[in-house]
Amino acid sequence: MKRAAAIRWLLIALLVALLELACSLRWIDPTAIIPPSAMLMGAMKIVLIGEWQRAIVETLTTVAIAVALSSAVGLLLGWALTRAPRLRRAVDPLLASWYAIPTFVFYPLFIVLFGLGRWPLVAIGFLFAVVAMTLSTIQGIERVPRTLLRAAQAMRLTRTQTALRVVLPSAAPWLFAGLKLVVAYAFIGVVAGEFILANEGFGHRIAFAYNNFDNRAMYGAILLLLVFVATLNASLAGWEKRLLRRRGLR
Amino acid sequence: MNDAHAKLRGVKRIYRGVGKQPPTHALGPVDLDLKRGEFLSVVGPSGCGKSTLLDVLAGLARPDEGTIEFEGKLVQGEVPDGIGVVFQEDSSFPWLTVRENAGFALARAGMAPAEIKERVDATLSFMGLASFAESYPVQLSGGMRQRLCIARTLVTRPRLLLLDEPFGALDQQTRLLMGDELLRLWRETGATVLLITHALDEAAMLSDRVAVMSARPGVILDLVETDWPRDRDSRIVSEPSFGAVTARLWSTLRGESMKSMATQ
Repeated sequence: MKRAAAIRWLLIALLVALLELACSLRWIDPTAIIPPSAMLMGAMKIVLIGEWQRAIVETLTTVAIAVALSSAVGLLLGWALTRAPRLRRAVDPLLASWYAIPTFVFYPLFIVLFGLGRWPLVAIGFLFAVVAMTLSTIQGIERVPRTLLRAAQAMRLTRTQTALRVVLPSAAPWLFAGLKLVVAYAFIGVVAGEFILANEGFGHRIAFAYNNFDNRAMYGAILLLLVFVATLNASLAGWEKRLLRRRGLR
Repeated sequence: MNDAHAKLRGVKRIYRGVGKQPPTHALGPVDLDLKRGEFLSVVGPSGCGKSTLLDVLAGLARPDEGTIEFEGKLVQGEVPDGIGVVFQEDSSFPWLTVRENAGFALARAGMAPAEIKERVDATLSFMGLASFAESYPVQLSGGMRQRLCIARTLVTRPRLLLLDEPFGALDQQTRLLMGDELLRLWRETGATVLLITHALDEAAMLSDRVAVMSARPGVILDLVETDWPRDRDSRIVSEPSFGAVTARLWSTLRGESMKSMATQ
């Protein structure tokens, strides 16, 4: 495991060094891609100067709202569908083909509906993420071993106790997997939406830098976003791993 | 019989068919009296409705016909206070420690934490699990986990303990030792025990009485009294009369098992 991590980091370092070399030897046109060291300088500038602070706060708030809404609604929807098998059979194919829809075609519609600002972005992030949570919740609830439910019944648990104390913790690994997807999808939805049309936010600033041929700011911002999302994902994964190891699932 | 702890009268269970399948008559009619404090085993060919019998007696399922009484009260669709059930599969909660698992039912029933701790500690050491109190079920062997499931039921101090092939997944040596443990806890708690099993030797070794069930729909064909002393253990298998009991069980069961094999 440690060895794999070492090889992974070595591989990344190698690719970065290769890119650095290719840029400094002018194999690549500097107006297209700037060397990683310059990207890092750009990222540092963004962090240190602080003029992007508003954009960062704006984007993170929007993503947080989208994550909260889609995980809560997805959880409730998934739970409701496991309670209504007939409805579930009816909507199953719709849910399964959800990610075949290019959700972004609805973005202009959301701007018309909610006005330019945070809410069309929340809507696109929500739409993108909610079904992942719904599907994970359904999976998690359906995989609660029957014998645990029978044990709950034999211990005279109420329905609420069974739901909160048996079904929820038993489904937790699947819910967690759903949450990880929700975070990733919400970021994609929000940043891409900002990129297309917004008056503030990280994606908007990247698009702005792009339009002004400000390569340093653009690549710096992209690097910053990558590092942030990777860190967030890694810490979620670490938390998940601890949770699962205790139960012997991984 | 007035001293009957639990009473089954004309109990029948019929499973509705899925879609166009015909309904399955799984069990009954069964009449059975459990005497207070006895150890009764139920043996029968696979698929004969043994587990269904336990489900309706526990109140986990409703019978389609007939009545079940526990301590003079009708059992209707929910598990009455005083009945504890241990299932065949490992039903410990993997996200809780051994201690939390053991105290789970008591905590849900709203018992004070200090009292829970006292009862759980006593039960865990009784079941030889005290040194594993802070472990998670995944860290235990199969036999230990089943012991935990028994401990989890024992903390509620059941007066009637229902066991649905609890040692089915364990190897033969572990089963014999678990049988000894079961006898010990039966003696020390004074509970009435009903054990569902498919192992004739297990039934013959542990029980005061053994009920032999027919192939589906399961009815009781024979009730064998073993006359073992109360302080018996697994060494009883070397008694000459042990062979006689097992032989009688098998002579009834053989034909039924063949019927059951032919229909499966």
